[in-house]
Amino acid sequence: MDTDLLRIQDLSVRFFTYQGVVRALEGVWLSVRRGEILGLVGETGCGKSVLARSILRLIADPPGKISGGRILFKGRDLLALPMKEMRRIRGNDISMIFQEPMTSLNPVFTVGNQMEEVVRLHQKVSRKAARRICVEMLTQVRMPDAEAVLRKYPHELSGGMRQRVMIALELSCRPDLLIADEPTTALDVTVQAQVLHILSDLTRARETSVLFITHDLGVVAHLCDRVAVMYAGKIVETAPVEALFQSPRHPYTRGLLAAVPSLDEDREFLASIPGVVPGLIDPPGGCRFHPRCDGAGEPCRRMEPAGVEVGEDHWVFCHGIR
Amino acid sequence: MPSSTPRSGIDPMEWWRRFQEEHAWQLREFVFTLGLLRRNPSAVAGSCIIAAMVFLALAAPWIAPHDPIRISLSERLSSPSWHHLFGTDELGRDIFSRVLFGARISLRIGLLVVGIAGGLGTVLGAVAGYVGGKLDDAIMRCLDIVLSFPSLVLAMALAAALGPSLRNAIMAVAFVMIPKFARLVRGEALAVREKPFIAAAKVSGAGHGWIILHHVIPNCLSSVIVLGTLVVGETILIASSLSFIGLGAQPPTPEWGAMISVGRKFLMDQWWYATFPGCFILVTVIGFNIFGDALRDVLDPRIRR
Amino acid sequence: MRLLRYIAKRLLHLIPVLLGVTALVFVISHAIPGDPARMMAGQKASREAVENLRRSMGLDRPLHEQYLRYMWGLLHGDLGRSVRSQRPVAEDLKDFFPATLELTLASMSLCLVVGLPLGILSAVRRNRPVDHASRVFSVCGVSMPVFWLGLMLLLLFYRNLQWLPGSGRLDVGLDPPASVTGLYLVDALLEGNGPVFFNALSHIILPAFCLSYVYLAVITRIVRSSMIAVMEQDYVTTARANGLAEAVVILKHCLKNSLIPTVTIAGLSVGELLGGAILTETIFDWPGMGKYVVDSVNFLDFPAIMGFTLVVSLSYVFINLTVDVIYAFLNPQIRY
Repeated sequence: MDTDLLRIQDLSVRFFTYQGVVRALEGVWLSVRRGEILGLVGETGCGKSVLARSILRLIADPPGKISGGRILFKGRDLLALPMKEMRRIRGNDISMIFQEPMTSLNPVFTVGNQMEEVVRLHQKVSRKAARRICVEMLTQVRMPDAEAVLRKYPHELSGGMRQRVMIALELSCRPDLLIADEPTTALDVTVQAQVLHILSDLTRARETSVLFITHDLGVVAHLCDRVAVMYAGKIVETAPVEALFQSPRHPYTRGLLAAVPSLDEDREFLASIPGVVPGLIDPPGGCRFHPRCDGAGEPCRRMEPAGVEVGEDHWVFCHGIR
Repeated sequence: MPSSTPRSGIDPMEWWRRFQEEHAWQLREFVFTLGLLRRNPSAVAGSCIIAAMVFLALAAPWIAPHDPIRISLSERLSSPSWHHLFGTDELGRDIFSRVLFGARISLRIGLLVVGIAGGLGTVLGAVAGYVGGKLDDAIMRCLDIVLSFPSLVLAMALAAALGPSLRNAIMAVAFVMIPKFARLVRGEALAVREKPFIAAAKVSGAGHGWIILHHVIPNCLSSVIVLGTLVVGETILIASSLSFIGLGAQPPTPEWGAMISVGRKFLMDQWWYATFPGCFILVTVIGFNIFGDALRDVLDPRIRR
Repeated sequence: MRLLRYIAKRLLHLIPVLLGVTALVFVISHAIPGDPARMMAGQKASREAVENLRRSMGLDRPLHEQYLRYMWGLLHGDLGRSVRSQRPVAEDLKDFFPATLELTLASMSLCLVVGLPLGILSAVRRNRPVDHASRVFSVCGVSMPVFWLGLMLLLLFYRNLQWLPGSGRLDVGLDPPASVTGLYLVDALLEGNGPVFFNALSHIILPAFCLSYVYLAVITRIVRSSMIAVMEQDYVTTARANGLAEAVVILKHCLKNSLIPTVTIAGLSVGELLGGAILTETIFDWPGMGKYVVDSVNFLDFPAIMGFTLVVSLSYVFINLTVDVIYAFLNPQIRY
């Protein structure tokens, strides 16, 4: 059996704005394996969320457009599916949790209404059965008094509770893949840990694959099996978690890791990467990182780097690796 | 926020230079706004319509082919022709000329009402918002009462009580429009009140009146202008409606609504009589409405940057 | 329970508003520069008649006493006596009220049936031809002099095409249906009287369209802009990400949210409708309160004008109360 649940091949996404064409993703290759939690890290604006939304074809068109590539899910190209088929996959085979728990539930319908709607849509069960499933799911995300929560409106719940409702909702149809787009960024630190726990326990138990998007490397180390690092619309390095943290190879990854404050080391200053994230309207040619890279040479300016396998399952896209 | 001290007896060039220096930021904003407006198609269309109407109104005495109130019974109720572009009315007066002169009246009504209501409303709103407390409550409750009437109905009642005349109609409409400005300005004044430059002005010993005049009101001005533009359109509609039911301009004044009111009696056989003045009302109001909407979009800080 | 508490609260808020509205009408009718007694008696009344009226109305008394007397009268349904008909104004208005109600209700239904779908369509097909057309349609609507639109409709559909009748509620010679609600359309249906129903329907089409156009434009506009705002919200993306069909996303998740601002604006704009009724009824000879008041204006029948003003404004206040309740019903986030 194919170990890759989802395989993204050469994906490009563009946004056509008044200022010009934004090349948000350019030739992205990435795969998510069955049962693994894959972390996707990168700075704000590097295209992580665009990548997540492209998988479910949620890019608003206009202004956005998926301009090339394939997204193979269990061998089927999602980009080629008719919309009706695509809707059967959304929320059922692949589901998604968003960053803002405060706004990702509809304020004018009760939690129960919104959960049951999705359950009944994909599972074709009676209202009563749907309700049972919802209660069951809410209990699994450790929500006390699930019946009462179903009758509540989103504004009556706290941020952490809402995010747990979202997890319950998105896992209720037993999807194969869960995309979590910075699900804890907007939460308090204590609540964050709790929500992450619930998320990892549930998905591990059900062998659900997770594409976990974050800019928090601490969370990645704690939660993920494998990591992909993204920079300016491209994947620059993918590796198993230990390999990435112990021997990062791409200069950008090294910079990112150096910028994380660590308790083990006693440093005066936090390191930071010089320069700024490039605009994606007119990105630098060649390797997109070269203007900020210490070791940039002539080929970096001219050519896009090809992938090099530097260790087991550890790929780097950099001219400096030979 | 630069502060300007009022001076008298200053050389205008010198004043302009100082003004430029002190208000460099506002002037840049103004030029920037103009640039945005030029690229906004509805702003361009709206301002063209307004400019055309203003031109017709100003130039009416020179471009009108006939005297708008000269009676010529031999030509009465003649249909549109090259001689009488829009035909003539029941007294043989040239409707085209009357419509041109009507533009003067309607625009004057619009400007007067916005001037009176905008002025009073801005001051009331600024005082209410800046002072706050009981005074704010009192002012706003009074204005809310005015807003609990449909505007045309209240304007009609007031105009009827004051007696049918154009002047009274203007006062009635202005009264009805005051709360619109006051509510808008109050909202903005509440926000401005918390700004650091107000505290700075207070520390440097400025009085409340001075602060309202020099800080609160200038900061609300762009929204007042947007509302003012939209209110001109609404005013022209309400004032012509009042004239139509006999409470505004009285004959033989060539006011558009009053002309339609008389023209209605001849509708079945002389279609041109009521038709043309109405076209002018419609086009003028469209001009102010689309310009006002475009102005609001352009001045909206969320869209601006 | 939540709604009941809310309604009770709104009713309490209503008291000062009602006092204010009546006070303003009182001020306009009693304290205006000029001579209220002369106005009330009519221009043609003799000097003695005016003096008698002044005394009998208590206009020689101090203002606060006059106000109490006026309020006392109002509580008993006394709106004064019409100069023109020599009947109590309240009774006159009662006769003319159903026609106005029928016209306004017909216009409002037209607005909902046309305005809501048009606004939604415009938002969904943003910046496409349908959207541009509907925006032009709305700009013309909010800029349209109602009385002129009525005349143009008469020219086209009555005079030139001769498709529809141009005045009144029924053809001359047809007897109105037995009055149950006073609304001819409803009464005719209750009576099962087909010919009268269709005749009344053909009479109401032009005035209802004329009256609704401005309001329709306002509704279309606000539905469009609030739909556009809602469609950008995260929960709409969530709904799509969960595989809901586009129709469900738009008609369930977006629509209910965008109705919240729409309802508020719709309530406030009913004022346009009530004001427009004055003009529309005059143009189409519709025997309602609006035509009654314009006839009174021409006769300078002051008590009738003031009575009309009060009744219409109070209706406006109550319509907005209803709107507040609908708002609370739609919006679970409302707090007190």
